[in-house]
Amino acid sequence: MSAIAAPHAGTHPVRAWSGVPVLLGVLLLAFLLHIAVGAKQLSLGTVIEALFNFDQTVFDHVIVRNLRLPRAVLAVLVGASLSLAGALMQGVTRNPLADPALLGLTSGAAFAVVIATSVLGLSSMVFIPWIAMLGALGAALIVYLIARLVPGGATPLSLTLSGAAISAFLSAVISVVHLLDQDTFENLRVWLTGGLAGRDITLLLYVGPPIALALIGGVLLAPRVTVLAMGDEVAQGLGVKTGALKIQLLAVVVVLTACSVALAGPLGFIGLVIPHIVRLYVGSDYRWIVPYAALAGAIYLLGVDTIARIAIPPREISTGIITAMIGAPLFVQLVRRRTR
Amino acid sequence: MSGSATTQRTLRLEGIGLSVGYGGSTVLDNVDLAIPTGEITILIGPNGCGKSTLLKAMARILTPTRGSVLLDGKDIHRLDTKSVAARLGLLPQGPIAPEGLTVRELVAQGRFPHQTLLRQWSRTDEDAVNGAMDIAGITDFADRSVDTLSGGQRQRCWVAMVLAQETDLILLDEPTTFLDLKVQVDLMDLLAGLAHQRGRTLVIVLHELSLAAAYADYLVMMKEGHIVATGTPDEIFTAGRLKEVFGLDAKVLRDPDSGRMVCVPSGTRMRRAAPVTAQ
Repeated sequence: MSAIAAPHAGTHPVRAWSGVPVLLGVLLLAFLLHIAVGAKQLSLGTVIEALFNFDQTVFDHVIVRNLRLPRAVLAVLVGASLSLAGALMQGVTRNPLADPALLGLTSGAAFAVVIATSVLGLSSMVFIPWIAMLGALGAALIVYLIARLVPGGATPLSLTLSGAAISAFLSAVISVVHLLDQDTFENLRVWLTGGLAGRDITLLLYVGPPIALALIGGVLLAPRVTVLAMGDEVAQGLGVKTGALKIQLLAVVVVLTACSVALAGPLGFIGLVIPHIVRLYVGSDYRWIVPYAALAGAIYLLGVDTIARIAIPPREISTGIITAMIGAPLFVQLVRRRTR
Repeated sequence: MSGSATTQRTLRLEGIGLSVGYGGSTVLDNVDLAIPTGEITILIGPNGCGKSTLLKAMARILTPTRGSVLLDGKDIHRLDTKSVAARLGLLPQGPIAPEGLTVRELVAQGRFPHQTLLRQWSRTDEDAVNGAMDIAGITDFADRSVDTLSGGQRQRCWVAMVLAQETDLILLDEPTTFLDLKVQVDLMDLLAGLAHQRGRTLVIVLHELSLAAAYADYLVMMKEGHIVATGTPDEIFTAGRLKEVFGLDAKVLRDPDSGRMVCVPSGTRMRRAAPVTAQ
């Protein structure tokens, strides 16, 4: 990451964009590496060959195409989504501790998926992303309505507090569902710790397009987020329609968070920490934080998932556990080095 | 002093019959206000008199329940808000910069109304930002984080952000609050220079009465949602008015050197000093 050599390069677009090709290079490398390592080690050459010159009679090529490539794509999408959503949330709420889980989005999505699959017995994967989105949006609306009832209205503080309360409540309900229904518990146990293993890859077909649209939308809206972070009145004075912008940003965050939950379960840490790591290098202008956070989030999840797959062979650790176990010390170290 | 009656230039900004209310209570009641072009208009009045509300309505971020604000003859609340932002700048009260944002980055946000999806940053933007920082005297700490600066320096950064917007009309809500007196004077000098040397039209809500009297070309006194008096400080800044508007017992003296009006409040328990003897 030290390759981004232009800290606080906000108003010098040429310098500020200079880190992008570097990160894209790192992303490509992490992507290929993620595919190459595993129970059967493949050479990078084999991986590239399988990607660009596929031969279905070669067993290694089949492994790459059918098993490993989808999982790597999943890691890129989920990592980028959670990190970008977290960056947007931190900007809109002016809360450095904000993450995609803040307004109850993650637990709302998880709750809806759990209820749909266990209580309603829904098994078709096609609907999972939409159910997750409905759950996330529903939770966000409830959080907002509760915050409105607080004297003083929906302030960042009242939103955060009611978000925490709703999240805790929904998590408790998910636990109750588990205790009552041992079978679904077994099915969802791994999913709820967050992970990329054994995902139904056909989900990508349904979740990929909305995620791609939301990622593009997030990057396009990013310059306005800095203006919005200076307060509603400043933003309105500069000609930003703050109400419409907040709804657009909420839509982007809901889509990214819900689709990530549908794909990989409620993965924590990435949305909170990756934007802060990016901030250490590119400064506080969301124009740069947002695109860099998406790239860094994708790289991070690829790296973490690679480790999750090879740490204790032949078993695999849940990615959601590794994200924080590796990420927390890494984050502390980075902050210490930058502030010294 | 240039009286408002003597300089009848084209009217750029005007409020007509403005009423604003929040949940049943009326904050502004049928207020008319024409802003003289190229001058400093200062709004004063006791807390809750509606001066900030009037400023926000004039800046189109509050929609009046009745009446309208005309910007260059057109209803400002019906104009595209981004095109308004290219003509009219607003510095709200007590703005807060995101943590870690540098001075240059903050000032650069003022270019937002001039940017589009395809044209993100240009030479013009760069020049406007550098020029604004130069006028505000903050070029030396352009790359420092805004939250490491003093209150006065920080307020200069915000003024620079509004300047980078390159608008003829600038509205400021209590820009001198919480600043040392020296810093207040420096800031007001900076703003006066904008009006008198660069032809900008300024509308400022102020708390400090003597400062208002010293810098206003056109003074507007408000009380309980109405405008009580308008005119030059010479015309309306009198002890009688201050008593009427603020309920304040004060003497208004004329400084023999500058000829400016100064407000000397008299409290019942103020210390009675011994007669002044020459040094």
